[in-house]
Amino acid sequence: MAGLMSGFHYTHAVVRGIPASLAKEALRSSQSEVDLAKALKEHEAYVEVLGTTLGLEVVELPADESLPDCVFVEDAAVVCGDTALITRPGAESRRRETEAMSRALKDLNLNIVEMTDENATLDGGDVLFTGREFFVGLSKRTNQRGAEILADAFKDYAVSTVPVLEGLHLKSFCSMGGPGLIVIGSSEPAQKALKIMQQMSDHRYDKLTVPDDYAANCIYMNLPNKGHVLLHPTAEQFPESAKVFEKLKDYMLIPVSNLEKVKVDGALTCCSILINKKANV
Amino acid sequence: MECKVALLDGSDFTLNVEKRAKGQVLFDKICDHLNLLEKDYFGITCRDVENQKNWLDPSKELKKQIRTGPWNFGFNVKFYPPDPSQLTEDITRYYLCLQLRDDVVSGRLPCSFATHTVLGSYTVQSELGDYDPEELGSDYISELRFAPNQTKELEEKVMELHKTYKGMTPAEAEIHFLENAKKLSMYGVDLHHAKDSEGVEIMLGVCSSGLLIYRDRLRINRFAWPKILKISYKRNNFYIKIRPGEFEQFESTIGFKLPNHRAAKRLWKVCVEHHTFFRLISPESLPKKFLSLGSKFRYSGRTQAQTRRASSMIIRPAPLFERSSSKRYNMSLSLDGAPIMENHETLMKDSAADGATKIITKGDIITTVTTEKKAEEEKAQQEDARMDAVETQEPTATTPLRHDTKTKDEQPAGEEPKEEEREATEAAGYLVKYVVDSIATDLATSSGPHGISLSTTMDDDVFMDGTLREVDEVSERAEMKVSPGAVRQEVFQAISDKKGTLIILKEADDKVDTEGEETSGAGEEEEPVIPEEAKAEENEMLSTSKEKESISEDTSVVVEAKTTAVKTQSPKMEIKTDAMTQIKGTDSSKKAMASWISEVVKSEVISESTKEVKQTKASDALQQEEEIFTFEEVQTEQSKSSLSPITVSESSTTSLAVGSAEPEEKMVVATETEAAPAESTGPTGIDVVEVGTKEVPVVHTETKTITYESAEVDTNGDVDPGVLLSAQTITSETTSTTTTTHITKTVKGGISETRIEKRIVITGDTDIDHDQALAQAIKEAKEQHPDMSVTKVVVHKETEITPEEGED
Repeated sequence: MAGLMSGFHYTHAVVRGIPASLAKEALRSSQSEVDLAKALKEHEAYVEVLGTTLGLEVVELPADESLPDCVFVEDAAVVCGDTALITRPGAESRRRETEAMSRALKDLNLNIVEMTDENATLDGGDVLFTGREFFVGLSKRTNQRGAEILADAFKDYAVSTVPVLEGLHLKSFCSMGGPGLIVIGSSEPAQKALKIMQQMSDHRYDKLTVPDDYAANCIYMNLPNKGHVLLHPTAEQFPESAKVFEKLKDYMLIPVSNLEKVKVDGALTCCSILINKKANV
Repeated sequence: MECKVALLDGSDFTLNVEKRAKGQVLFDKICDHLNLLEKDYFGITCRDVENQKNWLDPSKELKKQIRTGPWNFGFNVKFYPPDPSQLTEDITRYYLCLQLRDDVVSGRLPCSFATHTVLGSYTVQSELGDYDPEELGSDYISELRFAPNQTKELEEKVMELHKTYKGMTPAEAEIHFLENAKKLSMYGVDLHHAKDSEGVEIMLGVCSSGLLIYRDRLRINRFAWPKILKISYKRNNFYIKIRPGEFEQFESTIGFKLPNHRAAKRLWKVCVEHHTFFRLISPESLPKKFLSLGSKFRYSGRTQAQTRRASSMIIRPAPLFERSSSKRYNMSLSLDGAPIMENHETLMKDSAADGATKIITKGDIITTVTTEKKAEEEKAQQEDARMDAVETQEPTATTPLRHDTKTKDEQPAGEEPKEEEREATEAAGYLVKYVVDSIATDLATSSGPHGISLSTTMDDDVFMDGTLREVDEVSERAEMKVSPGAVRQEVFQAISDKKGTLIILKEADDKVDTEGEETSGAGEEEEPVIPEEAKAEENEMLSTSKEKESISEDTSVVVEAKTTAVKTQSPKMEIKTDAMTQIKGTDSSKKAMASWISEVVKSEVISESTKEVKQTKASDALQQEEEIFTFEEVQTEQSKSSLSPITVSESSTTSLAVGSAEPEEKMVVATETEAAPAESTGPTGIDVVEVGTKEVPVVHTETKTITYESAEVDTNGDVDPGVLLSAQTITSETTSTTTTTHITKTVKGGISETRIEKRIVITGDTDIDHDQALAQAIKEAKEQHPDMSVTKVVVHKETEITPEEGED
């Protein structure tokens, strides 16, 4: 059915170009120089994986120079089933990113829910959908009210809140690595967050612990003819973590380079919104 | 008396019952009328003066439950089966569907537009059959209600889907309906308004798996039944006592404020009932003597396990019944509507702290303790006043979340800690020591042998034996991966007729008894015994299953439950045995002594026919078996490693223990083959002939050690012991088992690893099915630590052999 258990089978991806302003103006938690050319190349490869390798229909929104962080589309919307919640990003400078996203998702015939409450903030990066329920990180970017609105938008699912004490987003140290499999970083805050998630859930999750928190951000899909697909950081970037991924059997493993975007806190999931159009009745 | 019952299809059923009839009579009549056999999921509700729905107690007279007004009732689903497909009859599912439709339309069961569409379409198919525009017309659907706010768009979508179901029978449509409904997060969640310790509006949701805490629509915490040690209420406060988390020493009690006393009691009752129904094999028996002071309230119906067994025996042909059209247009308001308050940290913090359920306590027991007013409600106020004196002992409502149970109850300044506590806080858990201690505890006046210091040595020996000697290689491997949640349902059925497999628990109450006395003796009355007035405001203490609960808050609040048990995929082992003979000098004599001592324990504890703890020390019983299950659970760095096969090796050692009387050495070579701990087969323990000799000059001890080890123990693969961050040992015990949990946390190369070593000593005679006990212990360990994997299981079996046998 459309609403429940619509996990991991995707037909469409929404991405956005990298503005030149990213190099200097994009928000970042560390002082790093971004090589724009490299970042562009990296992103190109990322989009190619989604479109060419995996055969998703990619909707590419043009970059907007006034929105240096706009490539990180994940934060602008949360899509589950046929409903898209347009967020209200926690960073003031990113609020307008949702406009283009909203239009694009509308064009894909999704039911759009706007987050209009001025007290609410939510970044998609704080939203972990496990296929059975949501976990929302309460972080610098996402607050309780934002989580409540998300719960209202996706009424079928339990929405549990998880405090994010370190790192930018909840998904800065975790993501789904399969149905019922959470990839998690090994830092203490990450493990603690996982414990909370496990306690809060009626479901059982396996975990895949990777040495590097950032490496725990992967993209999992279950695609017809391809089975389990995991986009994960490269061995070049996280050699130890990459070894862990290699142990996943029966997976189509696709290392994706993310050396530049990570400097502005961009992880793999940040750069796309995945949609399953076929599930929509 | 005339009763009017609102049925699930919206119609009213009027019937007459005798004035003094109990709830059960009315309930049975309604079920007869509905032709319903799987009744146990249902119940009768009535509205109280505050228009709140209360569940009728079937064991009480109706007139005592209906104070005022006409006898109007509702027939409702009380326990929502987590998997409706396991219901036996379609008619039961039909009634469940009707309930859920009401839940959906009333907003109690929120769902998305897409889900409204799907559920609505199955409703239409079940009620009206195939889509047929000629017969139905084009607007047939707007007569039905699918959602709190039904729109034209929704109706159109429902119709679109309905068209695709041609040929689907009503029963099939209902199965589909339920398959979708059961996945909804609020399915079967009974919500209660409350406030947390900071006065923040929250909702408490009681469901099959535990207690959920919501703030607005957000789940902010969850306490699975196994995490909850005790539920209680007092006045308008509701308390849950939580097992300590991984790095906590003590239980914490969390308090919630309910709107009033009745609400607190209602919530408490619902919790007791849900816990009993979903987690226990059978409802607990009535409390014994001293416990009988408290509320008599108990869930008296059948548990889910029992009802499933019963319904599997239903042999009637599927009844024909008519699916009436939805007559329901009433749309009660959603319960949700708690206002938004400022950020509420406490529960979140708590959840973080409690996030890890790493604790020794086994199984699942909740002791429900409460003060219940049995007197008229009008007396409540004056009673409350009287209770204020006692109130101080209870966690106060303003700061309910704290560890005060420990500070207050356990370590009263200047008071001599109980022996048991002192033991428990010692660093290491020593096996027999605790067996011995349990004598001391069980017999408050213990005149028994106090060979405590001895046992320490003995323990070390045993443990060394247990771990170091791994001799042979496996013949079969054990598949240890169990998903506890998934099997739980089968578990219920599998073990429903296997009460008391693991531990003989008849002494449980006695133990409680004793400890209760101790408790009051120490002046730390958690459950004050109130003479006389107690009738009005009583304390109740009920061990929810036949297990024991250490009420005196020692670190090792223990609880042993059969509930969670057994259909584990227990390690299948077919083991080549390597017999070793070992003669020990002093050690073994110590061991023998220790065995002797613990044997005495057993002779008391096990003699359940007498049910008397205070017995003579005469050690008639001869056999003594100990099993030590050593679990090493290593938090895996990789989930997949838990799949790795487990190597099983066994070495059987027969060591000779020399008793005090007559130093006579005998060698016994035992060759044992361990049978697989089967799900339901009988005991496969070692058969030891019982000899009722009074004089026991020689104690032969047969020691057997089996080690099961995961092939892939540590993904780091290094021998680096890492930096020890913390170590903790917790011991818990029941009459016949002692569980020692040693938790160490280390950091190895930046990766923190938590290693839990669990030593479970089961003392008892051959009546204990040790294999089952092992399976159970493994399963429980896995359930308690779902995120860890069992990497090593060492079974060390020490059996005393009777002289006759020894001479063979």
